[in-house]
Amino acid sequence: MLTDLLGFPPQVLFGQLLLGLINGAFYAVLSLGLAVIFGLLNIVNFAHGALYMLGAFATLGLTKWLGIGYWGALIFAPIIVGIFGIVLERLLLRRLAGVDHLYGLLLTFGLALVIEGTFVKLFGSSGMPYSAPAELSGGVNLGFMFLPWYRGWVVVAALIACGATWFLFEKTKIGAYLRAGTENPRLLQAFGVNVPLLTTLAYGYGVALAAFAGVLAAPITQVNPLMGSNLIIVVFAVVVIGGMGSIMGAVVTGLAMGVIEGLTKVFWPEASSTVIFVVMAIVLVLRPAGLFGKTA
Amino acid sequence: MNSKIGYLIAIALLLTAPLVIYPVFLMKLLCFALFASAFNLILGYGGLLSFGHAAFFGGAAYVTGHALKVWGLPTELGILTGTAAAGILGLLIGMIAIRRQGIYFAMITLAMAQMVYFLFISAPFTGGENGLQGVPRGTALGIVDLQNDMNMYYFVLVIFGLAYFLISRTVNSPFGQVLSAIRDNEARATSLGYDVDKYKLLAFVLSSTLAGLAGSTKTVVFQLASLTDAHWHMSGEVVLMTLLGGLGTIVGPSVGAGIIIALQNYLASGPLAAWVPVVLGLIFVACVLAFRRGVVGELREFLKKSF
Repeated sequence: MLTDLLGFPPQVLFGQLLLGLINGAFYAVLSLGLAVIFGLLNIVNFAHGALYMLGAFATLGLTKWLGIGYWGALIFAPIIVGIFGIVLERLLLRRLAGVDHLYGLLLTFGLALVIEGTFVKLFGSSGMPYSAPAELSGGVNLGFMFLPWYRGWVVVAALIACGATWFLFEKTKIGAYLRAGTENPRLLQAFGVNVPLLTTLAYGYGVALAAFAGVLAAPITQVNPLMGSNLIIVVFAVVVIGGMGSIMGAVVTGLAMGVIEGLTKVFWPEASSTVIFVVMAIVLVLRPAGLFGKTA
Repeated sequence: MNSKIGYLIAIALLLTAPLVIYPVFLMKLLCFALFASAFNLILGYGGLLSFGHAAFFGGAAYVTGHALKVWGLPTELGILTGTAAAGILGLLIGMIAIRRQGIYFAMITLAMAQMVYFLFISAPFTGGENGLQGVPRGTALGIVDLQNDMNMYYFVLVIFGLAYFLISRTVNSPFGQVLSAIRDNEARATSLGYDVDKYKLLAFVLSSTLAGLAGSTKTVVFQLASLTDAHWHMSGEVVLMTLLGGLGTIVGPSVGAGIIIALQNYLASGPLAAWVPVVLGLIFVACVLAFRRGVVGELREFLKKSF
């Protein structure tokens, strides 16, 4: 028996809710990566969307040329892209230490243009399909909606990545160093900790998170050189809403914004592409520091 | 004294340029030089990185296009309407964005501009993907036919000259001095009793209004307003022009705009056409890493050292 909820069939409502949750999972993982990078480098990584795209392309390439399937790519694509990120940090971003933070944003913006422009030139701007692994094809009928296994997996995998990041930061020695590096890098250096190395690793980790999201996205959205270019702006808005202070803040805000966006698609489809920006504006008026921010 | 001679030479060059160079190219250059100079007001002198100036440029372009094409307003009035609309939009976005500083300001302006972009995609009056085409150029003061490219060029030159004069007056006024003081040390400016937020907002509105003037003028020149004008790539381009020319210098943004527009024109006709974004990205990286003062800033530094 299907009863309509608020005038909408439950399949539509829950279907969009699930889509929203998936988008939210991407927002959460991407904004988490941004927060990790911002913490140590004081740079807002504009190239984050391009690196997310690289994760999806790495998945495609690993499968096509090396015969490594989805599950292998889930491990190797973030490692490969993470190493690329480490190279970027060592060669370019490092040179901006001590310069106004705005230049970091501009440098990574330039990098995003270069990376995306190169991929558009090489692969065209139309998407390439990537099929979900056989183990996760199909789905289950929950009665009120049909849940494709892969979509459920994306949400679970994103939450695992966020949980692992939380564990790394809050419960391990290196996490303690990372947090100390965010608070006071010079003092940490004085204690004999190799802060530049820590900074490089933090950038690599943040980039790897972006690439991980890219791998998860490959079977859902088509693999497209510009798949990250509009997404990154939404993620910026999410970061402004939640603040970059806490891991929990990033995850909760990311998921919540995804769900709000999904629900808007049901009730007022025209507004779904702008609703997150509207929320951002409202939050800025009511609570300028962001929902989880500490200082104004 | 030196700068006076420089200006006289520049004016002479600008007056005679269309005899040698294709006037449409020159008009494009002037529009973007104005756009970058307006942008410099907020980044170079206010120290606030707006990543959403395409919203004002593109918004004014649409309003002017609509006013001229559908309402049939005279050209001057159409341009003023678009410019005013950009100012109002600047006030709305500015009021929200100045609540945060530094890096957040950039992200907020970018997000707000993206929202405006999405509104333009779905709004009926913008013509969607096609944009507003065939906007009539009309006449200047009801007598000079702007369909003629030479007439149009001098019309644009007058607009550019007036706006440029306004910008340089603003920068050198007490208001401009306070703005620079806020950029260099906000806490100090606050403690001296200046209402910092009010200054920032006023600078932002002025900058967005003039960016709108550039967008409106561009619509009249090309008889076209499209989504490209409002896309965030446009915001990035104006940042690049300003940075390349020299942040916080009066002529820098115009020089930067000249280099970028000339480069785009040159590349567009060659085999590298598809690589334009990559080339722009590389220039961005080179500017940030190697010469943050920009062409004019580095030149000034060089002259200072040598003499």
